[in-house]
Amino acid sequence: MMSEEQIKNLEAQFEARIARDEKIEPKDWMPEKYRKTHIRQMSQHAHSEIVGMLPEGNWITRAPSLRRKVALLAKVQDEAGHGLYLYSATETLGISREEMYEQLHTGKAKYSSIFNYPTITWADMGAIGWLVDGAAIINQVPLCNTSYGPYARAMIRVCKEESFHQRQGFEIMMKLANGTPEQKDMAQDALNRWWWPSLMMLGPTDAESIHTEQSMKWKLKRKSNDDLRQQFIDQTVPQAELIGLTIPDPDLKWNDEKGCYDFGEIDWDEFWQVVKGHGPMNKERMKARVGAWEEGEWVRDAAMAYAEKKQARKQKQAI
Amino acid sequence: MKNENLYNYILGIADNSLILGQRLGELTGHGPSLETDIACTNISLDLFGQVRSYFQYATKIAGDDRTEDDIAMLRKEREYKNVLLVEQPNTNFAYTMARQFLFDVYHLAFLAELQKSTDLTLSAIANKCIKEVSYHERFSSDWIKRLGDGTEESKAKMQEAIDGLWTYTDELFHQTEADKAMVAEGIGVDVTKLKDAYYARVSEILEESTLETPESKWFQKGGKEGIHTEHLGYLLAELQYMQRAYPNMEW
Repeated sequence: MMSEEQIKNLEAQFEARIARDEKIEPKDWMPEKYRKTHIRQMSQHAHSEIVGMLPEGNWITRAPSLRRKVALLAKVQDEAGHGLYLYSATETLGISREEMYEQLHTGKAKYSSIFNYPTITWADMGAIGWLVDGAAIINQVPLCNTSYGPYARAMIRVCKEESFHQRQGFEIMMKLANGTPEQKDMAQDALNRWWWPSLMMLGPTDAESIHTEQSMKWKLKRKSNDDLRQQFIDQTVPQAELIGLTIPDPDLKWNDEKGCYDFGEIDWDEFWQVVKGHGPMNKERMKARVGAWEEGEWVRDAAMAYAEKKQARKQKQAI
Repeated sequence: MKNENLYNYILGIADNSLILGQRLGELTGHGPSLETDIACTNISLDLFGQVRSYFQYATKIAGDDRTEDDIAMLRKEREYKNVLLVEQPNTNFAYTMARQFLFDVYHLAFLAELQKSTDLTLSAIANKCIKEVSYHERFSSDWIKRLGDGTEESKAKMQEAIDGLWTYTDELFHQTEADKAMVAEGIGVDVTKLKDAYYARVSEILEESTLETPESKWFQKGGKEGIHTEHLGYLLAELQYMQRAYPNMEW
């Protein structure tokens, strides 16, 4: 057992390493709180990738052209890949993938609330790529320099693919916006439905955010939620203008003095309703995840049994 | 159309990949594990890639203004030429893998022959596809072994799937009029010659998986002539939805 003083000493060294921009690796000593916070955030991130496959997977069989179908399949497959390496990175902190699934399935772990909205038209595939992946990138780019090595390295790869997805989503929207009146309406409708949830995706307003200060110190967060949101709005408004779509916010206005956009009030009641499990699709998303897991149990058991038999046969041969 | 036989022949090949790819696409996000989910999506992706190569070639043969999407999404049910096997539903993971395996063994042997086609485009497509399909065949036969020689439950499920789908295997070796014409020209593959090796290979894997090779000689046919099972109509309803609801638009 270490004395309290020894621990304090280790903690001071640890914080100093982070301040020097050194990476923390799985075998390094770390404060328990650091480990827990990272498990929470990284697994939440992994879960978001996996649950995020569902709203887009919903349109794979109905994609309007072969080209779009192939791109959508590839995109959803990338998300599964992101989930895979984020789960692996989280496992380095001493939690198994099964435990993480258990936390997701029982509602103990969260995932990004945006995936609790339904994808009801093809244009939603454009809006998700453009807005949701756009907001995700803004959240994630700073994480490429976060203090925990495995997370930082995973994020570098994730961000490269996400920015490709975002361009792809914007291109879907552009095509619709330049298409027939019916297509343009479809695009505008999708923007209307996804705009506010995308702003909410960047997290509660700074006054309400409980994790920010500690996370800033550990470089799990480099900018506040409100700053990230402003960055997202300032980046996205001109893109909407470029393709002739209207941001559904009557209060949106360029503020010359501040050099950024002013925007309307976010409906935080809606945000908390969805976070607490009562959004339009929370129950369906969980049902799909839990269903896939439970229906797959016999398959995983069989794979395990087969691997054991094969191993036993090998050993027998060796004798 | 000047070369209707070649056109129909290409569609006959491509429709198998199209319909199987569509079936696999239904499963994305719902697989028994993340790894199998990724693999099945990947196979779907390969198959749709193949479909695009074939249909793009078919549009050139047709020589009018039809596009690859017109061919994929705007035909009537009776005009799809895929075998009945590939349109069968994802009843459970055993069915999905059994369907894949029973098709992959055929597909691999077929492409090996198509590489020798005197039609240079088809031979080039086959050359590209065979690399993908040999991976598909390895993946699906591994799963036949895992499920066949896994637990009691998985063995029962896998045997049921093999038994259930067996009736659709014989059709793989039927020749259409377009097939016969293309074989005569040295372009097409004589599928009747693939049959013995196919059943030998399938039996070998089934045996290794501790599964029984079905003895039933009652087979279904008709897909190649556009007479499908009731499952296809629903699959097409999804596949064609956007093109039907919003005709003549670009996406």
